[in-house]
Amino acid sequence: MNKAIHIYFAQAIPLVTYIDESCIYLKEKKCRICSAVCKSNAIDFNQTPEKVEIHVGAIILSLGLEPFDPKLRDEYGYGKMKNVVTSMDYERLLCATGPNMGEVLRGSDSRHPHKIAWIQCVGSRQVIPGGNSYCSSVCCTYTQKQVILTKEHSPEADCTVFHNDIRSFGKDFERYYERSEKLPDVRFIRSYVSIGREIPESKNVTIKYSTPDDGVKEEEFDMVVLSVGLNPPADFKGLASTYGIELNHHGFCKSPSENPMATTRSGIFVSGAFQGPMDIPEAVITASAAGSQCGEFLDYRRGKLTRERIYPLERDVSREEPKIGVFVCHCGANIGRIVDVPSTVEYVKTLPNVVYAKEQMFSCATNSAKEIADLAKEMGLNRVVLAACSPRTLEPLFRDTLREAGINQYFLDMANIREQCSWVHSKEKEEATRKAKDIIRMSVARACFLEPLSEFDLPVNKTALVVGGGIAGMTAALSIAGQGHEVHLVEKDSDMGGMARRIHYTLDGLDVQKFLADLVRKVYQHPLIHVYLNAEIKDASGYVGNFITKVTTERRAIEIKHGAAIIATGAEEYKPSEFLYGNDDRVLTQLELEGRIANKDDSLINSSTLVMIQCVGCRNEERNYCSRICCSQAVKNALKLKEMNPGIDIYILFRDIRTYGFREDYYREASNRDVKFIRFVPEEMPVLEAVEEGGRRILRVTVNDIILGRKLAIDADIIALSAAVIPQADTGDVAGLFKVTLSPDGFFKEAHVKLRPVEFGTNGVYLCGNAHYPKHISETINQAYGAAGRALTLLSHEIVRASGSVCEVHENDCVSCGACITACTYGAIEFHDTPKGKKAVVNPVLCKGDGLCNAKCPTGAIYLKHFTNEEILSQIDAAAPVKEIMQKIGAAAADV
Amino acid sequence: MCSGRVDLEFIHRAFANGMDGVFIVGCRLNECNYITHGNYDAFGMVHIFRKLLMHIGVNPLRLRIEFMSGGEGILFAEVMNDFGKKVEELGPLGESEGIDGNILTFNLEAIKTLIPYIKLVERERLRVPVKSEVEYNKFFASDEVNRVFNELIIDKLAISRIMQLLYEKPRATGEIAEMLNLNPSEVSRHIKDSTRQGLVRYDEGQKRFALA
Repeated sequence: MNKAIHIYFAQAIPLVTYIDESCIYLKEKKCRICSAVCKSNAIDFNQTPEKVEIHVGAIILSLGLEPFDPKLRDEYGYGKMKNVVTSMDYERLLCATGPNMGEVLRGSDSRHPHKIAWIQCVGSRQVIPGGNSYCSSVCCTYTQKQVILTKEHSPEADCTVFHNDIRSFGKDFERYYERSEKLPDVRFIRSYVSIGREIPESKNVTIKYSTPDDGVKEEEFDMVVLSVGLNPPADFKGLASTYGIELNHHGFCKSPSENPMATTRSGIFVSGAFQGPMDIPEAVITASAAGSQCGEFLDYRRGKLTRERIYPLERDVSREEPKIGVFVCHCGANIGRIVDVPSTVEYVKTLPNVVYAKEQMFSCATNSAKEIADLAKEMGLNRVVLAACSPRTLEPLFRDTLREAGINQYFLDMANIREQCSWVHSKEKEEATRKAKDIIRMSVARACFLEPLSEFDLPVNKTALVVGGGIAGMTAALSIAGQGHEVHLVEKDSDMGGMARRIHYTLDGLDVQKFLADLVRKVYQHPLIHVYLNAEIKDASGYVGNFITKVTTERRAIEIKHGAAIIATGAEEYKPSEFLYGNDDRVLTQLELEGRIANKDDSLINSSTLVMIQCVGCRNEERNYCSRICCSQAVKNALKLKEMNPGIDIYILFRDIRTYGFREDYYREASNRDVKFIRFVPEEMPVLEAVEEGGRRILRVTVNDIILGRKLAIDADIIALSAAVIPQADTGDVAGLFKVTLSPDGFFKEAHVKLRPVEFGTNGVYLCGNAHYPKHISETINQAYGAAGRALTLLSHEIVRASGSVCEVHENDCVSCGACITACTYGAIEFHDTPKGKKAVVNPVLCKGDGLCNAKCPTGAIYLKHFTNEEILSQIDAAAPVKEIMQKIGAAAADV
Repeated sequence: MCSGRVDLEFIHRAFANGMDGVFIVGCRLNECNYITHGNYDAFGMVHIFRKLLMHIGVNPLRLRIEFMSGGEGILFAEVMNDFGKKVEELGPLGESEGIDGNILTFNLEAIKTLIPYIKLVERERLRVPVKSEVEYNKFFASDEVNRVFNELIIDKLAISRIMQLLYEKPRATGEIAEMLNLNPSEVSRHIKDSTRQGLVRYDEGQKRFALA
């Protein structure tokens, strides 16, 4: 759904247009319209591919994925019926830069579809020619996102999702699923479906499906979206031979399960979906992780090719009047399609202190940023307002632009006219333009009061502290130590290994105990790693690059100075209070079951019937999340038992089977080996009772079989409960010590799910493993390397920069009331003695800039730099244009 | 910057500029991106400012706070549309409450001068012990808190407004009561207290109260 000349995607690097093979000129030597309209003569049809030779020490393959092509399967009607689209097509339709500028229109008649259906698992979980046997992991959640976005585009839309299991296994996904499900006119229907026919007049499409209540039905939809799965990259075989690596039988990269970043060839690493289907946060984590492995691999050459960036000297503008330059970004069509950018620029030129205003197609493009810097120098600008997107992603880039222009980077203000204007007011163009002007006027007002701030350099202690000696902590410690840094590894238990000590094998055949023993040995043997067992953290103070943590062990108390900390404290297995657990020794948790399987417990192996109950203690009101690993864990234990005793009857009572990714193959295998899967709903939980019949002690499980439509009673010898994975009991204490945040479910909360997935908002503190959220061993290893990689970006530098936007105190105004000190949860403020008595003083490296103290200070003595009262009040004043206020006052006066 | 950074003065300034409604949106409660949980402080402050608005005859629903995450676009749109509609229904600030423009400005100015003092009272007496939305609402609706609030803040506000009026010229109790939309007996009480403290005197000649 692109023209021949287009930008690959909105965030592509470099962000330039290119011409693809569909160009008529390239094919038929016709057209050339683009080169006629291009004023910069940038179009050169004579370019040919060229070969470039680059010498590198290591390679990271981030080859990504290819969406499944539903044309391969005739039955979807894709390519034949105009109103059947793939989820990728639909994503483009929803996108403001898409073919209809963000309007969802039908292919057949360009009308808005009212009734839309999604079909899940297209190309996934199918053992058929052209299909993939694995689960693509991401489709359930991206479909929910598309439903939510559709409802945002058109609240009346009627959305139906035909699905198999709902696999919302990621952090916070369960809530997201509930959110989409609860929207009005949204239906989630669990059914296999087939596309019926296209109705000749309306070009609507029918879908046949069946539900236990209503039987088979055929329903008409205006549009059908195929939630296509993830294939390996196109030409994966060719790529594999180019790089000399092996692939798994699905065509993705073959990696050992103890190191998912490694390929079969030394020096070549893999990150992202080429490892296997994964979502964005995981792809970002594996990118950091592969980076850390390259760091280990090339450590002997570290720093040999780096060049320091030199900025021009900062101009002193303290005696100048504000001279503001405003750049209004079209963001392609994102802003320009809604907001009248030229008239906005004209308006901006009338604002006080604005000496220059200009529109730009993409302000973030390299040439635009350079233009800003050049113009700032040429026009003598001393403040820059960028009317574009949210500062979240691009503020650092534009700050850098200001530095290039020799202006202090805090003289930048971003007016968000995209997320807060054009995107939300796409149907009200005039009002949106007015609002954009309001937003920019407020930003200009604030810019007048901006002050130059200096970021200060802090030395970095090159040592790391790792809290937690499980797989996550040990892996991270080894990766950091492998790059020449000392690591202190603190474990509260008397032994290393954590939860992994109770895990014996994985679905893909890893011998966990052997792997663990090897890992522990490597940790102990590493000269740079110091291990503390039975250790307790008493206190943690300091700040990024310079932490001091007090640890006591049985024998001594020590003080560790370190530059970075990695929190890898793991998780616990929930001790069920339901299903007779604790009252009947035949009721086990999955970990206990695994332990008995590993011990070859005869009474277990020779039992005749075993029932597993999933989602015990989670996906409920108290713990509204999915523990992610238990479905695979149940399948794993079931397969192992079947291997030892093929005659054993195993039932798995589940809500949704969430064996995502390649684990799906094992679910199928279990099913083929006659493990019986019975679905239940939370409204009708299975009931377990211990009964005696004919002198035999029986555990009787009663469950309503939805498919059969009747109650089943299963007499079992053993019950295995898939108990939730819950945060460690002391998670809150650790969070308090290191001043980091927790998610609503009690796991540690990363700074940003996609942008900073292994770090905390508190600088210099990182996280990995189950402490973040339940995960499989291979995922833990990914994340541990990821956290190590991020920690290394700090530890490998001599200094770290701390933000200039921190609090400071006007001592003359301070009345020593202490309100700010009680307000500061970071302990950044204290009293110090001055000739005028006790006055509050801020330690700027501890201050996180939340600014709560400002609102508590009765005299306005403490102020948050970059967000001062003056700056904010000027914005509030500018929100209501003077003219309007005057009119109001005039009207009121007339009334009197 | 946290929603806890929103100062009483910011809200005040918006209303003083003639804004008909002020909306604050913070992160979801208990899901702080810092460890500050400053959204609770913003919440408490909104409770306080609403009481002040009520006292000067302005509809407290003109000030609203909601908590949501950046991902809750639908909720945000719903809430904003609803708030916009409600504010439109309420009509222009002051005018639709039947408050004279000058009196409104005068009252808001009196609130502003009291802000430093309100912050001190908030710290000493108006901190909610338990951080939950329900507890905050309960706390600020309780008789005990209302008593403290009236005693420490509302009375102070009334007195400061009376003083301001007397600063302009000597006035009679009834006149003051009418101008400030207060109960005459309440005005008498404040004037009596202030007289006892030596701040106000009765001018026999003018039959009016004046600043001492």
